[in-house]
Amino acid sequence: MKISIERATLLKAVSHAQSVVERRNTIPILANVLIEAEGAEVRFRATDLDIEVVDKVEAMVERAGATTVSATTLNEIVRKLPDGAQVTLTDDGTSGRLTIEAGRSNFSLATLPKEDFPVMATSEYSANFSAKASVLRRLFDKSKFAISTEETRYYLNGVYMHVSESEGGKVLRCVATDGHRLARIDADLPENASDMPGVIVPRKTVGELRKLLDDDDMQIAVSVSETKVRFATPEITLTSKVIDGTFPDYTRVIPQGNTRKMEVDAADFAKAVDRVATVSSERSRAVKLSLDEDRLVLSVNAPDSGAAEEELAVAYGDERLEIGFNAKYLLEIASQVDRENAVFLFNSSGDPTLMREGNDTSAVYVVMPMRV
Amino acid sequence: MPALCRDCLNDFEQGNRCPACRSARVIQHPELMTLSIAHMDCDAFYASVEKRDDPSLADKPVIIGGGRRGVVSTACYVARIKGVRSAMPMFQALKLCPDAVVIKPRMSAYVEASKAIKAMMLDLTPAIEPLSLDEAFMDLRGTERLHGAPPAVMLARLIKRMRSEVGLTGSIGLSHNKFLAKVASDLDKPHGYSVIGEAETADFLAGKPVRMIWGVGPAAQASLEKVGIRTFDDLLRWDKSDLVARFGGTGERLYHIARGEDFRRVSAHAPMKSISKETTFHDDTSDLEILDGHIWRLSEQVADRAKAKELAGRVVTLKLKRANFTQITRRISLRDPTQMTDRVYREARALFDTVADQGPFRLIGTGLSDLCKADGADLSGDLLDPDAVKRGKAERATDSIRARFGSDAIMKGRSLR
Repeated sequence: MKISIERATLLKAVSHAQSVVERRNTIPILANVLIEAEGAEVRFRATDLDIEVVDKVEAMVERAGATTVSATTLNEIVRKLPDGAQVTLTDDGTSGRLTIEAGRSNFSLATLPKEDFPVMATSEYSANFSAKASVLRRLFDKSKFAISTEETRYYLNGVYMHVSESEGGKVLRCVATDGHRLARIDADLPENASDMPGVIVPRKTVGELRKLLDDDDMQIAVSVSETKVRFATPEITLTSKVIDGTFPDYTRVIPQGNTRKMEVDAADFAKAVDRVATVSSERSRAVKLSLDEDRLVLSVNAPDSGAAEEELAVAYGDERLEIGFNAKYLLEIASQVDRENAVFLFNSSGDPTLMREGNDTSAVYVVMPMRV
Repeated sequence: MPALCRDCLNDFEQGNRCPACRSARVIQHPELMTLSIAHMDCDAFYASVEKRDDPSLADKPVIIGGGRRGVVSTACYVARIKGVRSAMPMFQALKLCPDAVVIKPRMSAYVEASKAIKAMMLDLTPAIEPLSLDEAFMDLRGTERLHGAPPAVMLARLIKRMRSEVGLTGSIGLSHNKFLAKVASDLDKPHGYSVIGEAETADFLAGKPVRMIWGVGPAAQASLEKVGIRTFDDLLRWDKSDLVARFGGTGERLYHIARGEDFRRVSAHAPMKSISKETTFHDDTSDLEILDGHIWRLSEQVADRAKAKELAGRVVTLKLKRANFTQITRRISLRDPTQMTDRVYREARALFDTVADQGPFRLIGTGLSDLCKADGADLSGDLLDPDAVKRGKAERATDSIRARFGSDAIMKGRSLR
């Protein structure tokens, strides 16, 4: 194999591969990236056995072929090469070495046989549809903060992507929760997506997917089966196993009867929460919200370190209410609001609270209160 | 570079001999006069007490031990030359050193000597943390004005006093945290004085084996080795999150230790670190009903203790011993601390379910660690488990009934299994 690629193109593909491989594993080939050159195209393939990513780039292929080398080392080398360099990768097929040449730099890396590289089995997808990058980005960006890290409830360690019924008809919905907060984000159902089985997309996959979604208008090809999910752009294909488990019935969790409504400027609210929370060093910092007639008082009382209080003008017409929340959770949901005011719907100080943006029900958040 | 004479306590600028008394017992170090966390370790403590009390033993190999388990508890330096080590079975020690004088421990004499030394340390600082009779950490920060001399000088004076007033020697490790102070005291034994400064920390640790870390014993070494960690350099290659994912709280500590960081305070009253209860069965069992009953009862005992101490924990552990004595431990970190039986039981039960098929078991235990004060515990409910609030209230009500009418007044049916 002998190929020649521009450094920036190569770096993009290799750094992508590098982020997927398991840095520390007992199977050496899993640390490697499989490089396959054919026609005018080179494919870079990396896997951790749960996720597989393939980057296709155009290159000058002088001699077709394939080999595998350490993804991390190759990435480091390419990263350190000067901008604009033309990089030549050569594998003579006999020496067990891949040479990398750029200008006066010359490297040689140990290879492992391409036959040993585990390629993820192709599977039948029961739904194939296409969605805009900006749509997927919103679905996952707004839900991923609520993904749980708890090992015992492994079925919460991802985003539940499924088709659901909402007031306006069927929607593509992403839900994530860790038992303390929940995010439910809807988007118009793309054509051909209605038969999609619901799948739990693992946290790491959500992170890798994000790298495909920078270009707003890019159409992403999405394929879903009971066990796998695939996201593809013309250059990059990300295939991932989904979490084998049942996502809990989240609909019971979303309060329907919360009537006490508070409307507040989300940015002002977030800043105020952040400020008052400063006085407490506890890991689970509680902020108390005291509501009365268009007035919100945020307060923190940490007996060991101090106290803080701040008043905000809000729209609130219901009877007096005092309710406490974990400051971090409040900040996280408040920072999801980017266009309008944040609308909080409370019931009592012990019941889950709902938050949404204006009257938009396509993104709702639920947060559990704390005793204060 | 500041230097200090360990014989006349004269401090001076550089030189291999003390300009005042011409002694060669000089310590020089750029940070000598600024470091203030120390570890003092007596040299072959038990054996040294015996030699002090019976001068005829002075040049003989002395082994303290015997007793019930028949192992060496301390060997003097003469015996150590022959290869005798503490914790070695006595028969093996005597094979290596047949002419050794074996003495049964006289604990009262050791306790008395230890008390005398502790009193001297208290003259230096109230912040001392004894690890055993013969070693302790000392935090001397802020004592320079009080004593009119920097910690390094006061420590040298302490060792001199120990020798003249109690007749025992010890080694000092001086550094900027507990971990390094303890490592340092071991560098130059016996009757040593070693300094590890902040500037040299990284160089000092480079290439050192991880077994140097206090608390990393053979078992921990084996599990570290399994993932390719043998030295500090190996540790440095790991991200914090990976270490935590793999080794839990220990992982986080290892991450910092690898960088020569140790944030633990020198504290006279070591706080309670964990609460655990375990029970050994009369007959090995793999009966799920019976085991579930035990998990509940043990969780209740753990939670009761936590409530009594006004503590809560973030980590729930489950311990099992199989019929063939192999041990299984599983742990889970909670996001919010708890002191409730219900939570401890549910987590322990979930952990048990992952290993339930590995019975029969001869022992089961549950525990709570990463403890904190109870006022931050169990404040928020679980969206996915709305009944938890009700169960929590029931538990608090049960607690008050038991507090009033005795612990048998009310109990769960499952604890009778």
